[in-house]
Amino acid sequence: MYQYNHNDQILIEERVAQFRRQTEQFLKGEISEDGYRALRLRNGVYIQTHAPMLRVAVPYGVLNSKQLHKLAHIARTYDKDYCHITTRQNVQFNWPKLEQIPDILAELAEVQMHAIQTSGNCMRNTTSDHLAGVGIDEIEDPRPYCELIRQWTTLHPEFDYLPRKFKMAVSGSSTDRAATQFHDIGLHLVKNDAGEIGFKVLVGGGLGRTPVIGQVIKPFLDKKHILSYLEATLRIYNLFGRRDNKYKARIKILVRETGLEEFSKLVDAEWALIRDGLEVSDARFDAMKAHFKPLHYDKKAAENITFSRYKKENKVFETWVKYNTLEHKIDGYRVVFLSLKTPDTPPGDLTAEQLDTIAKLAEIYSFGEVRSTHRQNLVFADVKQADLFQLWQLLSAAKLTTPNIGTATDMICCPGLDFCSLANAGSIGIAKEINDMLDNLDYLHDIGDVNINMSGCMNGCAHQSVGHIGILGVDKKGVEWYQLTLGGSSANEAAIGERLGRAVPKNEVTQAVGTILEVYIQQRLEEESFLDTVKRVGIEPFQEKVYASH
Amino acid sequence: MQVIKNQQLIDNHWTFLTDDAPLVAGNISVSFARFQQEKAQLVARNGNLGVRLSPTNAVSELVADLPQLALVELDFSDFADGRSFSQAYFLRNRYGFEGEIRAIGSYLADQAFYLSRVGVNAFSAENLPQTQATLNDFTVFYQ
Repeated sequence: MYQYNHNDQILIEERVAQFRRQTEQFLKGEISEDGYRALRLRNGVYIQTHAPMLRVAVPYGVLNSKQLHKLAHIARTYDKDYCHITTRQNVQFNWPKLEQIPDILAELAEVQMHAIQTSGNCMRNTTSDHLAGVGIDEIEDPRPYCELIRQWTTLHPEFDYLPRKFKMAVSGSSTDRAATQFHDIGLHLVKNDAGEIGFKVLVGGGLGRTPVIGQVIKPFLDKKHILSYLEATLRIYNLFGRRDNKYKARIKILVRETGLEEFSKLVDAEWALIRDGLEVSDARFDAMKAHFKPLHYDKKAAENITFSRYKKENKVFETWVKYNTLEHKIDGYRVVFLSLKTPDTPPGDLTAEQLDTIAKLAEIYSFGEVRSTHRQNLVFADVKQADLFQLWQLLSAAKLTTPNIGTATDMICCPGLDFCSLANAGSIGIAKEINDMLDNLDYLHDIGDVNINMSGCMNGCAHQSVGHIGILGVDKKGVEWYQLTLGGSSANEAAIGERLGRAVPKNEVTQAVGTILEVYIQQRLEEESFLDTVKRVGIEPFQEKVYASH
Repeated sequence: MQVIKNQQLIDNHWTFLTDDAPLVAGNISVSFARFQQEKAQLVARNGNLGVRLSPTNAVSELVADLPQLALVELDFSDFADGRSFSQAYFLRNRYGFEGEIRAIGSYLADQAFYLSRVGVNAFSAENLPQTQATLNDFTVFYQ
């Protein structure tokens, strides 16, 4: 993974010193409430219902063991022994004290981590594919490009006060695992007819209140122009994005109101003036790629036979392998998912003890690296198949092997009313109810691939509009109600879920989800996935059953 | 009154004339609207000339006149309005303006570093020492 050089390290240390001074000045009343709010947001600090919340950047979802140990230490020392993985691959602490946050940031800087631009109306952490470098369908490893973009976006002097937040994601595979069609800018690494690597650039996608699928603005952008094209796009957005209404300030609204063609012309005109001076040299790409060289894989890894024997002998292990591991581009290795969706824990939460365990196991079994996914799980990307049985046992002891990756209990869930000051309704409690309802593993596995995404308010942090089943908490005169949608997807066949009907009260949400899954079982053709069934039969059969008793 | 210019505290030598104030000699700045209406008289006058831009003014409309100007003021009515940062970039970088670019109005002291990076070299502020102190927050950067 990327290792900081001297200047990278200096930069984050200077940022800590700056935020320490800003916080001291604020606590002494020398900076206004509004002013400090803008500054703290750009350092990942929100003020939540109960306490400040700190969002730590995990650039494109890559972490190492040392960093995990540090997160564990922070959870123990400054928080309540746990942290939370977000849908943009970051890490959140829910209970830090404001005056201690500069100390936390100083601790993070010791392990090359920071919280720069993880919130606020600026360029946010760039996200990517959790299978980067190991996926069998990869065209090009996205991580070197992500790091290039990370550096360019970090403390960019011109674009730190944008009309609204700005999110980018990069995918290097034919399968989109980074929801790139729902980002302000989505980048797909592609190869042209001449075999050269470039980017297909999408613009104007986004979730939140007005979900929009991004549109292709450049089918092929030579990779050397990536930074100049981003700069041109950001400059046009900074100048012309709406600032009169925060709900109309994202680039998706600018693109819609201007029209893609006209917007594209504006960007091209700006781009033409700057691109020659901002080309990324091959040497720079090579230097970046050198940080992500293939690991020292064991060439004889595939010769091991105990793996298939253990699978035959142990049904529980076999089930885990089937649901929580994936094929790796190197024969004899597999990608292992650590499920953070265990029945008794809020989705995406990790204890300090688990963090330490994961750090140790990553060191032993997966080259000391871990990835976070946008579905709020963790990944050991490079595990030898011969080690799987032992690793499974150790992960089981840490409650990280619930065999539910991609299934209905692998829910994306925001912190909801329990923690978030924006939320209108709870989400964690319902997640637990759905878990309890689906506690029969055979039934869960029979249902197969279903993404349930649940947000406690319109801001849509849990991406409910692209859930196969979306659940949105709304407030009606002080009472929590839930709006259901079906058929959304953030993958290649991007779609925004269709509203099932009127909102249901809190005590009927779980039952409604149960009914939806039953209708699917009745309606599906052989091997047909939930999403395909919804596409084929439409939402009427689901509506009939869910609202039948009313 | 003092301002920060090129990192130093100096006395301010500029006066802003409101749109209805009579022209005077000396170093004056006027709004973009007044500049467009009274360009000839303003340029013919004795003394240096500056123009005050709001974030909605297009810098491109000022390009031909830049050689006549010694000062461009970027007026922040809201620190969150980042258009002024791009205006500074255009003035200094795209159009090669070599005069003084001054940030005025209600920007944050902690934005001065970024402003200096996009070409602003002078700062008018309530709390000058606090603003001046932020100008050296970073010794390294990526862009």
